[in-house]
Amino acid sequence: MLSLLTHTGRFTLRQLSEMGRMFLFLLSAIFLAFRPPAKIRLIIHHIKTIGVDSLSVVLLSGFFTGMVMGFQGYYSLRKFNAESWLGSAAALGLLRELGPVLSAFMVTGRTGSAMAAELGTMRATEQIDALYSMAINPIKYLVSPRIIASLIAMPLLTAIFDVVGIYGAYLVGVGLLGVSSGSYFSGMESSVVFNDVYSGFMKSLSFGLIITWVCCYKGFHAPPMATGVSQATTESVVLSFVLILVWDYFLTSVML
Amino acid sequence: MIRVVDVHKSFGGQQVLKGVNLNFTTGKITTIVGTSGCGKTVLLKHLNALLLPDRGEIFVDDIDITKLRQKELYAMRGRFGVLFQGAALLDSMTIFDNVAFPLREKTRMSEPEMRKKVEDRLDQVGLEGMGYKYPAELSGGMKKRAGLARALVMDPEIVLFDEPTTGLDPVLATGIHQLIARTQQAFGFTGVVVSHTIPQVFEISDYVAILADGVIEEAKPTKEFQASQNPVVQQFIKGEIEGPIRVL
Repeated sequence: MLSLLTHTGRFTLRQLSEMGRMFLFLLSAIFLAFRPPAKIRLIIHHIKTIGVDSLSVVLLSGFFTGMVMGFQGYYSLRKFNAESWLGSAAALGLLRELGPVLSAFMVTGRTGSAMAAELGTMRATEQIDALYSMAINPIKYLVSPRIIASLIAMPLLTAIFDVVGIYGAYLVGVGLLGVSSGSYFSGMESSVVFNDVYSGFMKSLSFGLIITWVCCYKGFHAPPMATGVSQATTESVVLSFVLILVWDYFLTSVML
Repeated sequence: MIRVVDVHKSFGGQQVLKGVNLNFTTGKITTIVGTSGCGKTVLLKHLNALLLPDRGEIFVDDIDITKLRQKELYAMRGRFGVLFQGAALLDSMTIFDNVAFPLREKTRMSEPEMRKKVEDRLDQVGLEGMGYKYPAELSGGMKKRAGLARALVMDPEIVLFDEPTTGLDPVLATGIHQLIARTQQAFGFTGVVVSHTIPQVFEISDYVAILADGVIEEAKPTKEFQASQNPVVQQFIKGEIEGPIRVL
C-alpha cells in the first residue's frame, strides 16, 4: 500500500515538474521572440515549412472533408426537409470546428513531427550544445521563430481549409445531390456571423502555438540517441493531438 | 587560467565526477586522458558551463562560472571555442555558413570582412574552396577541420577539443593533432583536449591529466606524466587489462 502511494506520489511530482518545465520553455520562447534582433529570415523560412509545405495536404484534406460534410449534411437535413440549409451547416461546421481542428492535425502530422525529429537530431548530434557554446541562445534561434511562423501560417492554412471545404460540400450538395446553388450560398450568408469566423481564427491561432510549443519542447529535450528522437517525435504528435482536442473543448465552451 | 575545484556530477544516481581538481595553464595545451566513458567529456562540458556541477566550483580567471547569471554566462562562453566530438556542424548550412555563423550572430562585421575571415580560417584548416559543401557531403576528417575552423573564427582565448581524432585513421589523426598544435602556436589560445589517442596526443600536449574513477589521478607536464610510476598511468599508457583501472 505504501509502495503504491510512493509510486503515485513520484509519478505525480514527475508530471507536475514536466508541466512546469514545459510552461517555462514556452514563456522563455515567447519572451525571446520579442527581444531583438528579430530573426526575420528564419521566420520566413519557417512560414514556408509550416505553411507552404503543408498546403497540399491541407487542400486535399479540406476538399474531402467538405465533400463528406456535403453527403452527411444532406442525409441529416433531408430528414427535416431542410436540404437548403446545407451551405449553412457545412460553413458553420467547417469555420467553427472542423477547419481549425483538422488543419491543426494535418500540420502536426506534416510539420510538427518533423520539427520534433529535427530538434531531437540536433540535440543528439550536439548541435544544440554547439549553439550554447557559441553563446547563441538555442531557444531564441530555434524555437521563437517557429512559434511566430506558426502563429502566422496556421490561421492562413485554416482559412484555406475552410474555403476548400465549403466548395467541396458545394460540389457534392449542389453538383451531385441537387441542392440549389442559390440556397446553398444564401443559407450560408444568413447564418454565418463574425463570431463564427473569429472563433475559428482564435482556435487556429492557439492550435498553432500548441503544435510548435509541444513539438519543439519534445524535440529540444529528446534523449540524445536514435530511440530518443523517435520517442520524442511520437510523444510530440500524440500530446499535440490530445492538447488540441482538450483546448478545443475549452475554447468552444467559452466562445459558443 | 582555468581552475576546477572539487567538482562532483551525477546523472540519475550514477556519480561520474567525484571531486575533480585540476588547473589549466594559460596559453598551453592540457590533455585529459582516461578510459572510454570515464567522464572526460562531462568534465570538458563543465569548463564552459554547458553542464553545471552538483557541487564544486570552476574558475575562469578567478570568476566562478557556476554562479554567473545567464547574460554573464553567455558573455563568458564567447571567450571559448569548442570542437565537438562529431563536429556538431549545423546540417542545414553550408560549411562557409557554419564557419560564418558566430560572426553573423555575434558581431557586426561587414560581409566582405567576414568573407575574408571565414576563407582565411578555412584555408588554415586545409578546406580552401570547400565552403559551398554541406556537412553531409564531407568525410569525418573534413567535418572535424570545419568544426575547428568554426571554433577558431571568433579568435577565442580558450579552445576545448572533445576527442578530436575519434573515428579517424592514424594518419588523419596525426594530421588533426598537428593542426591543433599549429593553430595553437598561431593563435596562442589555451587548449583543453579530451582524448584517448595515446601516445600521439602527447606530442601536442604541454600537460596531461588522467581521469579515473571520477577523480584526477595524476596531472603533470607531459614528459613527467609519461615517466610517472603511478600504476593507473602505467596501465593506461601500456593498455593493460590487469591493473587498478577496472575495464571489464
